[in-house]
Amino acid sequence: MSVTLSAADRSFLEGEQGEAGRMAMSILVRMADVFRVDKMMDITRAHVDSPIYMGIATMEYAEKLASMGARVRVPSTLNVSGVDEHGWEEWSVPPDVAANAARQMKAYVSMGCLPTWTCAPYQTEHRPDFGEQIASGESNAICFFNSVLGARTERYPDLMDICAAITARVPARGLHLTENRSGTTHFELSNIPVSLQENDAFYPVLGHLLGKHDPDGVPVVSGIEASVSEDRHKAICAGAASSGAIALYHLVGHTPEASSLEEAFHNRDPLVSIPITMDDIRAAYRDLTTATNSTLDMVILGSPHFSITEFKTLAPMLRGKKRHDGVTFLVTCSRAVRMIAGELGLLEPLEAFGGRITVDTCPLASPMLPDRISHIMTNSAKYAYYTPGLLDAAVAFGTLEDCIDSAVAGRIERDESIWGF
Amino acid sequence: MVNRHDQLQIQGRVVIDGSATATIRKSNEPLSFWGGFDQATGEIIDRRHPLSGVMGAGCILAIPFTRGSSTTTSILIEAVRARVAPAGIITTEVDAFLALASIVADEMYDASFPVLSVDQDAFDKIVDGSRARIHRGGRITFL
Repeated sequence: MSVTLSAADRSFLEGEQGEAGRMAMSILVRMADVFRVDKMMDITRAHVDSPIYMGIATMEYAEKLASMGARVRVPSTLNVSGVDEHGWEEWSVPPDVAANAARQMKAYVSMGCLPTWTCAPYQTEHRPDFGEQIASGESNAICFFNSVLGARTERYPDLMDICAAITARVPARGLHLTENRSGTTHFELSNIPVSLQENDAFYPVLGHLLGKHDPDGVPVVSGIEASVSEDRHKAICAGAASSGAIALYHLVGHTPEASSLEEAFHNRDPLVSIPITMDDIRAAYRDLTTATNSTLDMVILGSPHFSITEFKTLAPMLRGKKRHDGVTFLVTCSRAVRMIAGELGLLEPLEAFGGRITVDTCPLASPMLPDRISHIMTNSAKYAYYTPGLLDAAVAFGTLEDCIDSAVAGRIERDESIWGF
Repeated sequence: MVNRHDQLQIQGRVVIDGSATATIRKSNEPLSFWGGFDQATGEIIDRRHPLSGVMGAGCILAIPFTRGSSTTTSILIEAVRARVAPAGIITTEVDAFLALASIVADEMYDASFPVLSVDQDAFDKIVDGSRARIHRGGRITFL
């Protein structure tokens, strides 16, 4: 073992903080050895992705930690689980999966984690500060914390994030350290119309493009003239962390560590500079669609989880419309956002439209969709990226307007003029 | 590092130490365990992968790296629990998700498996279908 341990670390390892603390620290220290890291460091917050149910072993892992008395030492939000705890029976979730996934949820709550059940923890009140050292799982959340809030987290795999939460310690490496946060590749928007930049659908496509072109890097994007809302950042994160493994990006003039190109690259010259043209944007847009005809069974919105702002945009667009009988219309969000949206009267138009809501999870994390659903449409790059493999369905990516129009028409209908087709 | 004067042997970098003797199943294509490895049977089920249909259980799996991030860890642990995990894994890049799977498998089921990384030259010398032994300390010999 080459990593230097503090007295507190050793106390954990020797079991003085309980058996769960010993196991958690043992896993962290062994991972530090894998990375040949010589130091551990403190974290003050965590976002835990481990509640996702993959099978008996992930449940046993949670219950083993819980039975040994595991308690988190820092505020720890929970990511989506494997089941909508109170809504799963409306869908095709096998009852044994629902029962096991719920047991896994309870185990993490018993450790003192916050039952936020969302892949968009940055929509809750538990947001890290600029510069705060944290440990996060869930690729889009990692990317958002680093890029948009300027907090610092490495990419923590499931099962490791909870160890960090229990011990408040992590190996000191990667994006925790200033020197690893400078840009790798410079992407410069080249003649991308501001009218397109003003459309929300531009941002998931941009994220998808960044992940494909610089999958392990820290991309730096300059030339964005539109305002970039948190929902737009969310869409970039989801796209970039699906097509690639991007955990941090800088948008010059828009993100906290990139007030200038020089700051984004820590005053070094970019190693590579790549223009982003409309042809690149169109290619990335097309890449998000696998559907070869206009058949449509389902529209899904909300990966990462839908925000209050997105409900405010959606509600008036649905008024006076009704989905086609053959199309399921689903929005995924957190319990808290559903509650607030309800209080604001934003759910009635969705109900009148024939739409449904799933909380706690989403179809990528829960086996909830019936087999008959084989053609899906979405405005999310993450749903689009994972649908063909995970849901065994063809997918079409479109704007929010396209998604609603298609749900009404009962077939995929897209106005592609914004992309310059 | 390949010793050409003697019986073929390779010195790998230990990611997770351990020993195993088994048949090598090798591909130059990275593998996604999610959707690519049946956690109940150990079969490689990515139909676009060259090793599709091969039984990954009990073999020494040699792949450049994994795709699919955090699910890799969970699927491998499910496979360990079902006793259908590979006996050892050789990659060209240090893969945190494989390492974590082996460490957690040790903590949970007392069943870690060795994980080694080797340089590209050495990886190229590894022949699919050959029988090999991974020794503690990272040496690989061929039988």
